[in-house]
Amino acid sequence: MNFDLNKKTLREVNQNLQNVDRKKNTRKFEILNPQGQHAICAGLKDDIEVTIKGHTGYYCAGMNQKATVTVHGNVGTGVAENMMSGKIVVKGNASQSAGATGHGGALIIEGDASSRCGISMKGIDIIVKGSVGHMSAFMAQKGNLVVMGDADADLGDSIYEAKIFVKGKVKSLGADCIEKKMDQKNIDELGKLFKKLNISEDPKKFKRYGSSRNLYNFKIDNVGAY
Amino acid sequence: MCGIVGIYLKTKKYEKYLGKFLSGMLDGMATRGPDSAGFAIYTKENKNIFKYSICLNEIKETSFKKKLSKFTKKIKLTSYADHVVLETNEKPSKILDLLKREIPEVSLVGYGKSINIFKQTGNPKDVVKKFKLSSFSGTHGIGHTRMATESAITTQGSHPYSTSEDECLVHNGSLSNHNNVRRSLIKDGQNFNSENDTEVAAGYISNQISKGKGLERTLKNSLKDLDGFYTFIAGTKDGFALLRDEIACKPAVVAETKDYVAVASEFQAMAHLPNVNSAKIFEPKPGVVYHW
Amino acid sequence: MKKDLKEFKTFPNSTIKEIQRAANEGIYQIRGLGAKRKVPDFDDLVFLGASMSRYPLEGYRETCNTSVVLGDRFAKKPIKLDIPITIAGMSFGALGANAKEALGRGASEMGTSTTTGDGGMTQEERGSSKYLVYQLLPSRYGMNPDDLRKADAIEVVVGQGAKPGGGGMLLGQKINKRVAGMRTLPEGIDQRSACRHPDWTGPDDLEIKIQELREITNWEKPIYIKVGAARPYYDTTLAVKAGADVVVLDGMQGGTAATQDVFIEHVGIPTLGALREAVDALKELNMHRKVQLIVSGGIRTGADVAKAMAMGADAVSIGSAAMMALNCNADLYVEDYKKLGTEPGYCHHCHTGRCPVGVATQDPKLEKRLNPIEAGKRIKNYLTTLTLELQTLARANGKSDVRNLEPEDLAALTVEAAAMARVPLAGTDWVPGKK
Repeated sequence: MNFDLNKKTLREVNQNLQNVDRKKNTRKFEILNPQGQHAICAGLKDDIEVTIKGHTGYYCAGMNQKATVTVHGNVGTGVAENMMSGKIVVKGNASQSAGATGHGGALIIEGDASSRCGISMKGIDIIVKGSVGHMSAFMAQKGNLVVMGDADADLGDSIYEAKIFVKGKVKSLGADCIEKKMDQKNIDELGKLFKKLNISEDPKKFKRYGSSRNLYNFKIDNVGAY
Repeated sequence: MCGIVGIYLKTKKYEKYLGKFLSGMLDGMATRGPDSAGFAIYTKENKNIFKYSICLNEIKETSFKKKLSKFTKKIKLTSYADHVVLETNEKPSKILDLLKREIPEVSLVGYGKSINIFKQTGNPKDVVKKFKLSSFSGTHGIGHTRMATESAITTQGSHPYSTSEDECLVHNGSLSNHNNVRRSLIKDGQNFNSENDTEVAAGYISNQISKGKGLERTLKNSLKDLDGFYTFIAGTKDGFALLRDEIACKPAVVAETKDYVAVASEFQAMAHLPNVNSAKIFEPKPGVVYHW
Repeated sequence: MKKDLKEFKTFPNSTIKEIQRAANEGIYQIRGLGAKRKVPDFDDLVFLGASMSRYPLEGYRETCNTSVVLGDRFAKKPIKLDIPITIAGMSFGALGANAKEALGRGASEMGTSTTTGDGGMTQEERGSSKYLVYQLLPSRYGMNPDDLRKADAIEVVVGQGAKPGGGGMLLGQKINKRVAGMRTLPEGIDQRSACRHPDWTGPDDLEIKIQELREITNWEKPIYIKVGAARPYYDTTLAVKAGADVVVLDGMQGGTAATQDVFIEHVGIPTLGALREAVDALKELNMHRKVQLIVSGGIRTGADVAKAMAMGADAVSIGSAAMMALNCNADLYVEDYKKLGTEPGYCHHCHTGRCPVGVATQDPKLEKRLNPIEAGKRIKNYLTTLTLELQTLARANGKSDVRNLEPEDLAALTVEAAAMARVPLAGTDWVPGKK
């Protein structure tokens, strides 16, 4: 089923997609002419498939549950922000705060992501085939950020228990983020994630980064980092 | 806070549509900046003719003309709502001094050989219509829509701010040390007409340029001299420069095709530009000066 | 105080002790609740009452309406509260589950709302609260669209009065299994905080965020924007421009579960001055009463509520006072206060998790000291008292509706209060600073 944002309002399209008639069993939808509009496909809650043809604005697929959304273009700030489950694929580039505070599901960015990718993530898996901008995985609590390209400055600043895997170069690591052992257990786990998401990459080529856990409890010497 | 836009034409193909393009971009930025708007559009220079864009404020055009003609006859005036563009081949130093000393009731919005600069309070969609932006053709232009944060909504508080001959500045963000910087610039002879933080950034830039530092170097220096969050677009005679602060929380998107480079705070402001869906779209890196 | 001994006004005993503590520990003091020092507040204002020119309403025969509608600017389902007093945002984590449940019970009986905090929404709270406001904070702990849709309103937290510019803080001793689970944190760590939202900065981008929240919730829920009292005139203006239905303004006296003492005492302006600025901003935008204003930070009695409304607020919110109604600083379990190094009436030790009365704790032994049903009754009683006091004062000034209280019903007792509230100094027609 097609929706043309040149002809229908954003509200109409979102309302339709948030309230799919389960009896009709139409599962596949296409959205044309997004023209950079914001909050397209925000708040979806059924396992439907939506394809967006063009570039979107901010918060595309925000708070997504169960749905699969594929964007044939770029996305603005906060794609899949606070996503709970489902799968979001961005064929182009993502702007800042991609996957911000996401709790679950998978966000796959085939191009580059800009700064703060995975900020405050809480369980989401984010795969970026290109590079990520500065401050990515800032205060990342849980989940996996996998980057095939490079990572810009301050990666994983103030990170909690999320895991970062980078194949390319890391410009610099943020506070309390260190390189960690990429042992067989981690290689296997990353391999499993790749398999689940149909990504053909060799996990052995990735380095792992995570928290050195020095900021977990207030210590006088670390006060400057708070 | 604000929306900022800029468009630079690489070829001559769209020159006569420049005003229309810029107008559409400002329309797109109206929700994030509903209080006032302004733009600077650059047209071909006419040998020795300088253009001064002047906001009449309270005085009438006829009395302005009368006052001017006491000092010079070599002038041509064109009205644009409550602005008037003064064209003359008199030396800038003479005209600038004359306006400051003899007709202080008006505000000089900007001047140069190719810049056409206007700004006013009101919804951007209305401002753009008022100054007939769509009818302008040119080579490049920048624009701004304002959501006033810590200063009043006035014409003097609107952007772009003129920084020197043919140069001006628009800003999205909020500076945090502008009061101190303003005070030191005032000591250095700079004048300010508002409490606006962007006016301080513009004053800083014009101060540095008057000392021979060049726009690109000045913008680089601003990273350590100005504190806060900002995306700047500085218009120049031959293009514009873009800079995001190193924390880079305020947005900026660039779209480049073979015919143009466009910048905006949100992609949707550029969605109407020709071939934008196949353009190379990227985000400027923090702390890097881009120049087209 | 000892006779013949002269104390230092600049270095009173408490300051000397604090300097010595700093010398011993090498770190700032972290504590709970709000500013302890005296600032100009509602006590410095009085009502004029009735006399020859103004006539009072009879107490029991003549009604004095107290209801208020919040969120009718854009939301499809605005909230109608029976009283203009709400319970402010306090997290599950900062408070125990019994405390949250008690607040819900008491508030619901009075037809008013409670608010979640930095930990997200608990089932108990949603179950016991007739109206529940769900906060969207920089941390986004526990944020999810199901809870967003279960809420009656959404409050975007830009800041709070105790620490405008600071983020949430909860120390390890309160991050037990349940709290850790809700916040996606390891148990027992000291929670660090984000002070800015992760996916927007500035009112221009907040406007877009609000649009997203409305899209996710079908434009039904009122959206509140909460700010700490920093630059209330501009903050209120920008909140309106960003598309808020309601502005929540938290003055510097507002409390917190845990923050640096220096932040609590030295950042933010008093509620009295902040409120004046916020109302000015709304009036200039022609949005007074169209975008409702809820004010918090040191609201203690029905007199405070009445004065806040006279100055132009649509409602008030109580945090510290609600905790005190639950027994915070009550004369119970005095030995346990002593073990913390304090006494009832002076305790600010919420951050330790060893709340002697079972309010601000996750310790099940201590939580037993707070029975949610009995405590819920206490909240109801307190809210009832506030409402009766509010009505008494409104009637005395001739009002049949508390929303008809006006600034002209007030006089100030000090020059500072007169200047901050822009109300004449009693017995004069002088308003300092009025142009």
